[in-house]
Amino acid sequence: MAELTAVLASTHHPFYYKATTSPEDQRPPYAADWQRKVEAYRETLTAAEPDILVMVGADHFHQLWLDNYPQFLIGKQETYDATFYNEEREFGIPKYTLAGDIELSRYMHEELLGKDFDFSVSHELKIDHSIICPIITVRPDADLPIVPIYTNIFVPPLPSPRRFFQVGRAIREIIDSFPSDKKVAAIGTGHLSLELGGPRQFGEHGPDPLFDADAIEWLSTGNIDAILDNVTHESMAGAGNATHGFMDLLLMMGIAGPGVHADYVDHLDLFHTREMYMTWYPNKNQDQLEAAARAAKTAQASTGPIYANDAAWDQFRGERAATAAGSET
Amino acid sequence: MSKYYVNKFLFTIDRDPEWVASYKDDPRGTVDRWEKEIGRWLNSVEQTSWLEFTAEEREALSTHDYVWLFENGAHFFLNLTLFIALFDEEYAAAHGPLAFQTEMARQLGHWTGRDYPSVAM
Repeated sequence: MAELTAVLASTHHPFYYKATTSPEDQRPPYAADWQRKVEAYRETLTAAEPDILVMVGADHFHQLWLDNYPQFLIGKQETYDATFYNEEREFGIPKYTLAGDIELSRYMHEELLGKDFDFSVSHELKIDHSIICPIITVRPDADLPIVPIYTNIFVPPLPSPRRFFQVGRAIREIIDSFPSDKKVAAIGTGHLSLELGGPRQFGEHGPDPLFDADAIEWLSTGNIDAILDNVTHESMAGAGNATHGFMDLLLMMGIAGPGVHADYVDHLDLFHTREMYMTWYPNKNQDQLEAAARAAKTAQASTGPIYANDAAWDQFRGERAATAAGSET
Repeated sequence: MSKYYVNKFLFTIDRDPEWVASYKDDPRGTVDRWEKEIGRWLNSVEQTSWLEFTAEEREALSTHDYVWLFENGAHFFLNLTLFIALFDEEYAAAHGPLAFQTEMARQLGHWTGRDYPSVAM
C-alpha cells in the first residue's frame, strides 16, 4: 500500500513569490524573515521524500463559477496548467505546467464516491494560486505529479466544518489503502483569520489574532472537539470575512487524524494576516523528526503544538482587555 | 438586486485584460457594451432570457462604486480583485504599496463591528 509520509497545512500568500524574488532593494522589510521561515518549512516536506502530492485548495473564481459551483471537486488529468492572467497581473506569479497522477486521481474519486462523498470531477482544470503558492513555497522545482482537490470556502451556503473534517478522514483512508508502493504527501492551504474586500483588510495585523491563537492550538493538537464546539460559519465571518479558508486547514487536520499532535508548527505575523506552517508525519521516522528539529532551529519554530496561551499573543490579549475595559466606562 | 448578474460582470471583466482596460477608461460605455457582448450569453450560441441589471446596479457599475457593490452583496473577492486591477498602480505610485487596498478599507470603515451584507444568493 502507499505510504502517507507527510501532511502539510499552511496558509497561502500570493505575495510571497514577488516579495522574495524582486531585486533586493525592492523587497518589503518582512521578506527576509518570511523567506527564512518558508525555506525551513520546505525541509519538512523534503524529508518526507514524496512521490505524489495530494493538494487541497480552493479556486478563487478563476475557473469555477456561479453557474455551476461544486462543493468538493477533484481533478483527473495527466497534466495541469496553472496560474491565471489575473494572478500574474496582481501577484506576479509565473505560469506552471504540473504533471498529474491520474491513477491516484481515479482511485481517489471512485473511493470517495464509495464512501458517499459525492465529489464533482474536472477533466480540464486549471490550477490557481491556492495550489501554486505551496508549490512555490515547499516544492519550487514543481517536479512531482499532483492530485488536486478543490473545496468551496467562498460561495455560501458552504459545507460544514464537520464535513471538511470528514472529507479529510476519508482522504486519509483512501491514501492508506491506495495499492501502490509510492510515498504520498498531502498538502493543503487555507487561511487563519482573513479579511478581503472589507473594512478590516490590510490592517496592521490579521483581523482576529486571538482566533489565530486558538486555531493554531486546535490544529496542532488535533482538537476536533474544540473546533466543532467553537467554529461555525458565523464565527469565522466574525473573525474576518474570508476566514472560511480555515476549513481547508481543518480538512488537513482530518487527514492527520483526531488528537494527533503536529511535528512542526510555525507562524509569522505578516501585518494584515498571520502565516502558519504545520507538518505532521503520520508514519514518522528518525530522519523526518531530525529534519523537523533542524528546520525548527532555523525558523525558531516548534516541534510540537503551540498553545493559545503562548506569549506571541500577549499583546493582543492586552488590546482586547483594554477595549473591553474602555467599552465598560 | 441581481447579485448573480453583477458578480458575472465583475468576474468576466476581471479575467480579460482588454475588458479591464476598457472598464477603467470608460466604465459607462463598457457596461453597455458588456450587456450586449457578454451579459446574457451562456455560451457562443445560447442566451439566458431573464438576466438584467436594476438601474441602481447599472449606475454603481458605471461609476466604479465599489462601496455600493459591497453594501448590496456583490462578492467581496470579486469586488476587491477587479478594483485592485483598476486602481492599485496609480494609488501605489502616489501613496505607496497597498494604498488602494487601505483606502477601500477606509471607505468601508462604517461596517466595522457590524454584520456585513451577505454575499449569499
